[in-house]
Amino acid sequence: MRIPLSWIREVADVPADQSGRDVAERLISAGLEVETVDTVGAGLTGPIVVGHVREIEELTEFKKPIRWCQVDIGAGEPSGIICGAQNFTEGDLVVVAPPGTTLPGDFTITARETYGHVSNGMICSERELGLGDDHAGIIVLPEGTAEAGADASQILGAGDDVLDIAITPDRGYALSLRGIGREVAIAYGVDFHDPVDRAETLPGPADDRAPAACASDDLEACPLFTLRTITGIDPHTPTPQWMRNRLRDCGMRSVSLAVDITNYVMLELGQPLHAFDLDALQGTVRAGRAQPGESLETIDHVERTLSVDDLTIRDDRGPIGLAGTMGGATTEIADDTENIALEAAYFGAEVVARMGRRHRLTSEASRRFERGIDRALAPVASARASELLVDLAGGTYQGMTAVEAPMEERVIRISGDLPSQVAGMDIPVHDVIATLEAIGCSVTVDGSELSVAPPSWRPDLTDPADLVEEVVRLVGYAKLPSTLPTAPAGHGLTHAQRLRRRIGMVLAARGLVEVLTYPFTSDADADALRWPDDDERRVSPRLANPLSDEQPKLRAAILPTLLVAAQRNVSRGFDDAAIFEMGAVFRGPAGSQHAPRPGVDQRPSDEEWQQLQDLLPDQPTHLGAVFTGNRVAKTWADDAEAFTWADALSVAQDVCQVLGVEYVVERGDDPSFHPGRCAQVMVDGEPVAIAGELHPAVTEAWGLPPRSCALELDISRAIESSPEVRPAPDFSSHPIAKEDIALVVAGDVSARDVAASIERGAGELLESLSLFDVYEGDQVPDGHKSVAFALRFRAPDRTLSAEELAGIRESIVQSTSADVGARLR
Amino acid sequence: MSGPNTNFDPKQVASLDVDAVEAMVADARAAFAAADDLDALKAARLAHAGDRSPLALANREIGALPPAAKADVGKRVGQARAAVKSALEEREVVLTQERDARVLESEAVDITLPVGRAAVGGRHPLTTLMERMADVFISMGYDIAEGPEAEAEWANFDALNVPPDHPARTMQDTFYVESADSGVVLRTQTSPIQIRAMLERPLPIYVVAPGRVYRTDELDATHTPVFHQIEGLAVDEGLTMGDLKGTLDHLARQMFGEGIVTRLRPSYFPFTEPSAEVDLECFVCRGASVGDASRACRTCGSEGWIEWGGCGMVNPRVLAAVGIDTDVYRGFAFGMGIERTLMFRNSVTDMRDMVEGDVRFTTAFGVDA
Ligand SMILES: [Zn+2]
Repeated sequence: MRIPLSWIREVADVPADQSGRDVAERLISAGLEVETVDTVGAGLTGPIVVGHVREIEELTEFKKPIRWCQVDIGAGEPSGIICGAQNFTEGDLVVVAPPGTTLPGDFTITARETYGHVSNGMICSERELGLGDDHAGIIVLPEGTAEAGADASQILGAGDDVLDIAITPDRGYALSLRGIGREVAIAYGVDFHDPVDRAETLPGPADDRAPAACASDDLEACPLFTLRTITGIDPHTPTPQWMRNRLRDCGMRSVSLAVDITNYVMLELGQPLHAFDLDALQGTVRAGRAQPGESLETIDHVERTLSVDDLTIRDDRGPIGLAGTMGGATTEIADDTENIALEAAYFGAEVVARMGRRHRLTSEASRRFERGIDRALAPVASARASELLVDLAGGTYQGMTAVEAPMEERVIRISGDLPSQVAGMDIPVHDVIATLEAIGCSVTVDGSELSVAPPSWRPDLTDPADLVEEVVRLVGYAKLPSTLPTAPAGHGLTHAQRLRRRIGMVLAARGLVEVLTYPFTSDADADALRWPDDDERRVSPRLANPLSDEQPKLRAAILPTLLVAAQRNVSRGFDDAAIFEMGAVFRGPAGSQHAPRPGVDQRPSDEEWQQLQDLLPDQPTHLGAVFTGNRVAKTWADDAEAFTWADALSVAQDVCQVLGVEYVVERGDDPSFHPGRCAQVMVDGEPVAIAGELHPAVTEAWGLPPRSCALELDISRAIESSPEVRPAPDFSSHPIAKEDIALVVAGDVSARDVAASIERGAGELLESLSLFDVYEGDQVPDGHKSVAFALRFRAPDRTLSAEELAGIRESIVQSTSADVGARLR
Repeated sequence: MSGPNTNFDPKQVASLDVDAVEAMVADARAAFAAADDLDALKAARLAHAGDRSPLALANREIGALPPAAKADVGKRVGQARAAVKSALEEREVVLTQERDARVLESEAVDITLPVGRAAVGGRHPLTTLMERMADVFISMGYDIAEGPEAEAEWANFDALNVPPDHPARTMQDTFYVESADSGVVLRTQTSPIQIRAMLERPLPIYVVAPGRVYRTDELDATHTPVFHQIEGLAVDEGLTMGDLKGTLDHLARQMFGEGIVTRLRPSYFPFTEPSAEVDLECFVCRGASVGDASRACRTCGSEGWIEWGGCGMVNPRVLAAVGIDTDVYRGFAFGMGIERTLMFRNSVTDMRDMVEGDVRFTTAFGVDA
């Protein structure tokens, strides 16, 4: 809501020395968010004067139409001025910046030769003067506004400060001069002159024509509907300049006098009004729900298909407007409209909000209805507008018809010390009462209790807490003390929270860089990852209103979104990178057409709460990592070392180690990975991670270097297996015995199977084994390989003898021969 | 070999002469000193302290002396040999040290050569900043609460006193999970975690909830549709707005320095009443830039205050929706944007840097923000 300070001063006795910025400070302290304060015509220095256009000579020899004008600026001989605008005629009053005046943008007017004439000044538009945004043409003042040569800056309201205030949804009353003026008066502790009192001067109706009839078919959604009839206005009367200035400063455009008056009164009082062309109406004007199959062309020339939930304004032929939102084209005021039916009504906030959403349509009117307007205001505001139509447009007032449901009385009972208790500081009861009365409440005292009846323009005040806020904000949040409550002893991080932090630290220490990506993906991504049609990762929630139609689904894995980040780094010249992300993934269906909606006046039942949980998809935390290029760059000393499948797998193993879970590495078959270089990490018999080299089709699809590697690990699942307490190891201090063993096996036997067989043969005395060589070549038969392990043996209670070791070795030879067809090399 | 000679006079054996023995010692010392490396010293040792050295040969002659002279000469020669040995050892120590120093010197490298290394990576500053803020509350006895990002519309809106057609719903442009009436949204705020905490935890409740939230904004330098908040909630007997202010002041001090305070401005949130915006005293200029063009402050735009978040007393309607007795309990709640905090705290000028996953951004922060 934009509002000029000069208008505020009409209703609140703000001290004369206060600027717009001073007033803004006070309003911010009171909770109205003043975003900017601008001065009208800032940047304009030197005089601007009213000019009377005497003669216009059209110059046609140029590429565009140019006018050579003789303009009387009250200085004897008319000034000759060149002008490119076309929206004025001889006899009009215009605004002239004479030579020597500086316009905004530091543009100083000089007498200069142009288009073959010496131009002595400039005829100005609103925008050129820094008054408003209108640059469709130059300013033409209404006839009779002033004499030629008069000071135009005063007539145009230059120098006024305009406050732009962001109005929160609870303060609909502040979408008006009336509401803001009251807040300013309270903030300064000065008198407030309620502008509704001005509306009492409307003359009684003439009785030469019956007023148009009205009705409400839905007293729930429209409990108050009024219609005043004004006939015989002069459609050619221009809007007076003072009213144009107000509309301009409030950010509205002047349209025609009748429409301008409805907008002006809306800005002044907060009541939206709608003027119909009386002669275009047929029968009774009524508020009622749309009928099936109806449509309406609104004044923005959009044909709208109506829903039976829409609240329309209708006459005998059907809908003529969307209630409280926008009028219809067929009954709109035209250039020659002389007779007007003026609608002022109360429409429920919800019905207007819902209609606005349905039609994706908001207007100055609907913004006010959605936030709740003054339930008592409609007849007052329409009287004020009628008076202006009579006074300014020469109309005749013909009377009002109205329908109204009884108004409900609201009384809130609060303890007089509640504001003190909530604030944590002492606010005397008499201050509480005075503050509530200042905002328009009537208060009766009943012992320590207060009965508070909020004013009709504050539908937001319904609960004791609302009254507490009013009192504390007007006493001033700046006065609040700063105290610390004592919380009971806490529990620290949970097991999972602590472990997630540790995983992050270990990954960073291993050289991985954390990134955070948007979790939006698509079926195309699933295709590019080569997920089969029945892959469970294809079932993830889809958004009704995605940011991009190309990314309509929530990710079921980290990789599709992380691969994008990997590609971005490559494209920015960082080919060698290891990135990771830990975050939520979304699996399974979500939502239901029969979603439960428990009430909010009591705790939902356990069953209702469970039903709400059941709506949600599974959302485990996953870790994803992508490795591109080199692990170690080439240096003067060493060759580059590329990331391999082993790096991805080893990071997955590190995470298991951080979590203290036992794991087994198996061959994996994830289709996004190289079929021969994909590992699956099992914990408690369940797969928790996939790691390895990405499939060439995947690296190609994401524009990554060949042989990029990746892993995806289900952190939530792995943490389930992580022990809360880790037992200390039991180890022997007897001497170690080391043995190497090289075995020849068929080429397709996995190292893991050989190791498992060695462990079986070696028995409990084997402390550790590590694979130190894999050889294929001349020394072994075709289709075979040699695998060499370093074995370490230790007994808990003795030094192992050579005989014992020989026995173990023999046992290993037998077990590996039996299990994997190995023979000693 | 000559037999015993009882009339033997030491002067008759030239090699055992006092001067001769002293000269042998002096020769040995001079030879050791002249040796300039361990090889030369080895040769000098063989010549002057070896089995065939003059002193060793002289020593053999002692056996042939008469008993009366034996003791005296033996003592003299023994002292001379000890002196030579000591001189040898001293020189050996010096030369060994010199050799070792030479070897080390010869092994010197250009220590400024770039080393091939797998560098430490980094944790995203949003992650570490959230941890840091959460830790302030952990130290005050709060627990960390969590909740799902795809959330029941009821918990994200209805229970927070935002009924279906309330204009506040359009303040937070919401991603709906298909279809729009599925009852599931991407949470627009961390506040539904308040609802979960109050439904699932015993009273009193003191929790903070860091997490990712979603709104349908376009990505630009100061907006991102996916961002992070930290939510705080306390529900206890007798809590006041002063307690809320004191808690925020404490957080401000821990994050931005001793003496930094917050300012509350009245505002509106459906789930708090009274509600306030939280401003942070500018931790860079501490207000000194206000009205002083010579001390202009980029962090606060010379306003002296930085908008930080929203807060208020939990609306009793919210407490009622989770079955908490509003006659006994009051609550306060607050929420701050982590991206915004990182922007002004760590001078990030473009929010896109936080979301694009460029490794240079994260790496610059190491493992702390
Ligand atoms: Zn500052």
